Parts: sequence; structure tokens; C-alpha cells
Amino acid sequence: MTRSARWIVFWLGAGGVGTLIVLALLRMPSFGGLVHPYRDLAVPAAVGRSSPNIVSSINFDQRALDTLGEETILLGSVVGAATLLRPSKDEQELLDRDEGRVLEATKLLGYLLLPVTLIVGADVVFHGHLTPGGGFQGGVVLATAVHLLYVAGSYRLLRRLRPKSWYQVAEAVAAGAFVVLGLVGLLLTGAFLANVFPHGVLGDLFSAGTVFFLNAAVGAEVTSGVVVLLSAFLAQALSVREVS
Amino acid sequence: MSLLPYLVAGWLLLIGCFGVVRSRGLVHTVVCVAVAQSGTYVLLLSIGFQYGASAPVQGAPGPVVDPVMQALTLTDIVVSATVTALLLALVIQIAKRTGTVDPDQLDELRG
Repeated sequence: MTRSARWIVFWLGAGGVGTLIVLALLRMPSFGGLVHPYRDLAVPAAVGRSSPNIVSSINFDQRALDTLGEETILLGSVVGAATLLRPSKDEQELLDRDEGRVLEATKLLGYLLLPVTLIVGADVVFHGHLTPGGGFQGGVVLATAVHLLYVAGSYRLLRRLRPKSWYQVAEAVAAGAFVVLGLVGLLLTGAFLANVFPHGVLGDLFSAGTVFFLNAAVGAEVTSGVVVLLSAFLAQALSVREVS
Repeated sequence: MSLLPYLVAGWLLLIGCFGVVRSRGLVHTVVCVAVAQSGTYVLLLSIGFQYGASAPVQGAPGPVVDPVMQALTLTDIVVSATVTALLLALVIQIAKRTGTVDPDQLDELRG
């Protein structure tokens, strides 16, 4: 298709979609209004199961099946990207001897922030049912902490201290753990991913039943998923070279 | 009644598509897809918003905004991030195989 034909198709389509969007928006409930039926049902349900962070309760308890689908998408795309980025037959991993220079200030800041970031990440994962946060957010923070080794140190250091195969195994185990927790619910109550563990006292670390454990599983999966993804992209940029 | 947040969502979707059509490089295309998808975050969050309400955490004063919409937005962001990673991996493979990332030069099928 030529460029001008593509533009004609785009403007026709965009005009149609734009008109439909505006027509639909004119009938929407008004912005910022008082009517939120889902909220009125979700908030008491979350508090009744000792999960003060209502978003976590929705993600890992009330809508946990959707989260299983979401983390399967995550797993699938990590597997897909890792497969696409494997070194091919005529490529080899070669490490550059000279990796350039890191500013002393960057090094200092990076190594100081590394433990802090690890603790913040763990905190965000394990208090996901109590305060804003959860497995997805905390997992990304934890994976960032690992990559401070690269920012402050060097690529060699990152490769030595981050065995990729461990993270690949952790990714699979964490994804499996989510399904196993779901099956426990199925066996005990007859509902997949039912919240079967004791709900505990509102505000305690070990409360909200399965939400805590699902958060931990998702945290592990997101951490290892992001690490595996970034390791594949970093290898493409830094070490995979074509050999003829 | 204010329509502005909803219109911003629709505008983001269309401007993202506009960018995809206009794009001369596949990395640019991937970023435009992410822009189009961010329209859905704005739409979801503005559906759940309520004036004067606070974050959906127990103990917050007064009414809270709709937590279901926030949970959906979280799901949306995770899916968008992983899809972006997968698309970028595809772009790297295309660049290696064909030596170009211009979609206009990628018009023939290869076996």
C-alpha cells in the first residue's frame, strides 16, 4: 500500500472511531461523580478479608483469576522475547575487555542505593496487602536493584552476580506457585483461587489469607521476568557479536 | 459535567494510531502503540475518579475512588510493558535479518 493510500484509510478510520468515541462519551456518567457501584461492593469485601489495600485485594483475591491470566501474559512474553533474542548459529557471546569508565559519584550512589532499593522492593512486595504496592510494583523495584550493579559497576560484575539460569527457574517456579495456590483453594473449597488461608487481624503482616502469598509469588515472578528480559536485551547490546 | 478526561483518553488512542501510520522506524512504531494504549489508562482512571475522594486504602479519610478501575489499570500497565518488550525483541530480529527498521522497506514476504 502506498503512503497516501494508507493515510486515506487512516483518516477514514480515525474519523469514524473519533465520532463513535465522542458519541459514546456524551452518554458516560459524569466525571468525578458519586456513583461507583463496583467500589461500593469491592471495598466492604476487601475489608471483610483483612486487606486494607483494596487494589491488592481485588487483584489477588476478588479477581485473582484475571491476575493469573495477566501473569501468564507476562510469562509468555518473557519466554517469547528470550527465545527471539537467543544468539543464533553465527553469533557468539564475546565480552569487551574495555568497558569504559564509570564516574566515582555514580559508583558511590549506585552501591549506596543497591541495598536500599532491595529493601524498598521487598517492603513493597510483602506489604502489598497493607499499603499501596504489591507484587508487580515491588518486583520491578527489585529487578531495578539488581541492575544497579550494571549502572554502578560493570557488565562483567552484573553477569557474575546474576546467574541467569537461577532467574529462569525462579520465573517458572513462581508462575507455578500461583497455580498451585489456586489449586489449594479448589481442593479445600471447590473454587479455584479461593481465599482459603486464615484472614488474620486487619493490619497484621500475615493477614489477608492468600493475598500475601500470591503477592510474594507474583513479586518473585516479576523480578525474575524483568531480569531475564533485561539480560537478553543487554546481551544483544553488549556481548552478542556476529562471527563469520 | 466535564468531558475533558474522557476526550484526552480518546485523543491519546487516536494520536497513537496516527504515530503508527506516520512512523518511519519500528522502534517509533512500538512507542506509538504504547501511547495508544496509555489512552486506556486515562479512560479507566477517569471512570473511577470521584471529586474529593482519597486513595483506595482502608483508613483513608472520606470516600475512596473506585479501586476496581485502579486494579484494571495496573493489569493494563503490566500487559503494555510486557507487550512492548516482546515487540522490541521482534524489532531487533527484523533489524538483524533485513538490515532495516523502516516499515516501508519491509513490504515483501520472505521464506
